[in-house]
Amino acid sequence: MLSKRIIPCLDVRDGLTTKGIKFRNNIDIGDPVAMARQYYEDGADEIVFYDITASSDRRNIMIEVVRRVAREIFIPFSVGGGIRTLDDMREVLLAGAEKVSVNTAAVLNPQIIREGARAFGSQCIVLGMDVKRVTPSPKIPSGYEIVIHGGRTPMGLDALWWAREGERLGAGEICLNSIDADGTQEGYELTLTRLISEAVSIPVIASGGAGRPEHLAEVLTAGKADAALIASMIHYGTYTIQEIKEYLNHQGIPVRLIW
Amino acid sequence: MVIDYQAGNLTSVVRSLRALGAEATVVEEPEGVLSARRIIFPGVGAAGEAMATLKRRGLDRALREAFSRGIPLFGICLGAQIILDHSEENDTPCLGLLSGRTRALPPSPGLKIPHMGWNRVNFRGGHPVFADLPLNAEYYFVHSYYPEPAKAEAVLGVTEHGVSFPSAIGWRNLVATQFHPEKSGRFGLRILANFLAWDGHHAE
Repeated sequence: MLSKRIIPCLDVRDGLTTKGIKFRNNIDIGDPVAMARQYYEDGADEIVFYDITASSDRRNIMIEVVRRVAREIFIPFSVGGGIRTLDDMREVLLAGAEKVSVNTAAVLNPQIIREGARAFGSQCIVLGMDVKRVTPSPKIPSGYEIVIHGGRTPMGLDALWWAREGERLGAGEICLNSIDADGTQEGYELTLTRLISEAVSIPVIASGGAGRPEHLAEVLTAGKADAALIASMIHYGTYTIQEIKEYLNHQGIPVRLIW
Repeated sequence: MVIDYQAGNLTSVVRSLRALGAEATVVEEPEGVLSARRIIFPGVGAAGEAMATLKRRGLDRALREAFSRGIPLFGICLGAQIILDHSEENDTPCLGLLSGRTRALPPSPGLKIPHMGWNRVNFRGGHPVFADLPLNAEYYFVHSYYPEPAKAEAVLGVTEHGVSFPSAIGWRNLVATQFHPEKSGRFGLRILANFLAWDGHHAE
C-alpha cells in the first residue's frame, strides 16, 4: 500500500533557510544542505525547497545549493520559487532536483506546464497553488481563489478549475497551499484539500497550517491528501519526523517507518 | 556504465553510484556499452521516444549483445519496462531481452495514478541483488505502467497499488526495478551496492 508522504519544506533566501509567518518577518535559521541531510536521516520522504531570494544572482546561489543537496540525500526533492522558463527547469533538474514546482509563472503562462511536462515528463512538474478563501461568486464558484506574489495578488481564477486545468496541461502533482492557514499552526484547510484532491487524479500535497501531528492525521484522512508539507513544527524542534510518523502509524495511516 | 538515451534522471543514478565509491561513467555509444563491466539502464519518460533514441544510436543492438555476453545489467523504471517485448504505452515494440509486456496500471475510483511515492516490495526468490533488505523497507515509485514478464520465475518482487504488480524482475544477468533505488534512501543504495558486487549469476 502506498504510504502517505511527510515532506519538510525549507524556504531558502540568499542560500540560507528561513521560515515565514504569513509570508512576512522571515528570519534566518540555518544551512539548507545541513538541514536537508538531517531531515533525510530523520525519515523525511521527500524535501521541498522554496527559493525566496530576491537578488539578481538568485539562480546561481540556488543552483549551488541544489548541487550540494543532491550529493547528500538519496530521496526525491523539489525546488520552487522563481522558475519561469524551460531553461530554469532544466538547470534545476540537471543540478539534481527530482521535480520543479511552478506557481506564479504557471498562472501567468499556463503553457509552461505543458512545455515542462513534454520536455522532462509530468512526474517532474509540480503545480504549486496559493489559495485564499473568498465569498463564492459566479467567477469563483468554489469560494477558493488563486492568488500569486506570495498571496498578495488575487487572480480571479477559481482554484478548483485551475487544479483541473493544471492536470490537463500535464502537471504530475499539485502542492496546495492555503494562504488562510499558512503560518497559523492551527491545522490545514481540510475542506479545500479534500475538494481539490477529489477533483484530480494526480497526487495532492497539503500545505499550510501544520502545528501538531493531529493536523497531519486530519488532512491525510478527512482531507484526502496524499502527502503533507511541514515546516515550523520540525524546524524549531517541537516534533521530530519520527514522532509524527509514529503518531500517524498509531492512527492507522500508512507511513514509511524505517529508513 | 550508465546509459544515456536522453530519458532523464541519470545524474541521480551517477551520484548515488559515486556515493557508493563506484566509478560511474555515462555512455551514449554502442562501443561504451560493450566495454562496460556492468550496465545501469535508467529512464523516465515515454517508451516510444526512448526506443527511438536507442535505435537511432544503435544502443538497442548493443544492449542485446551485452545481455547475451553475460554483462550484468540493471534497468530502472522505464528501463525495467522497455527490456520486455512490448509496451502498452503507445503500442511500442521494445527490446525483448526478456519476454513479456508492459501494461498500464488499471484505474479505479480513489486510486491515484501515477503511482507516486513510497511503497513496499515483497521480494521472492532470494536473488543476491535483493538480499539483506528488511521486510518493511519501502522504495520510491513514480510510474503509470508496469512490467509483466511472461515467465513467473522472472518476477523477483511484487507491490500493491490497486493491483499487485511486478516491481522487481530479473532473468540471467539482467535485473530491473520499477522503483528508483537511487531515490530510495539507504535500502535503495543497498540494492545498488548489491548489484555492484553481483557477478551476473543467480542459481535458483
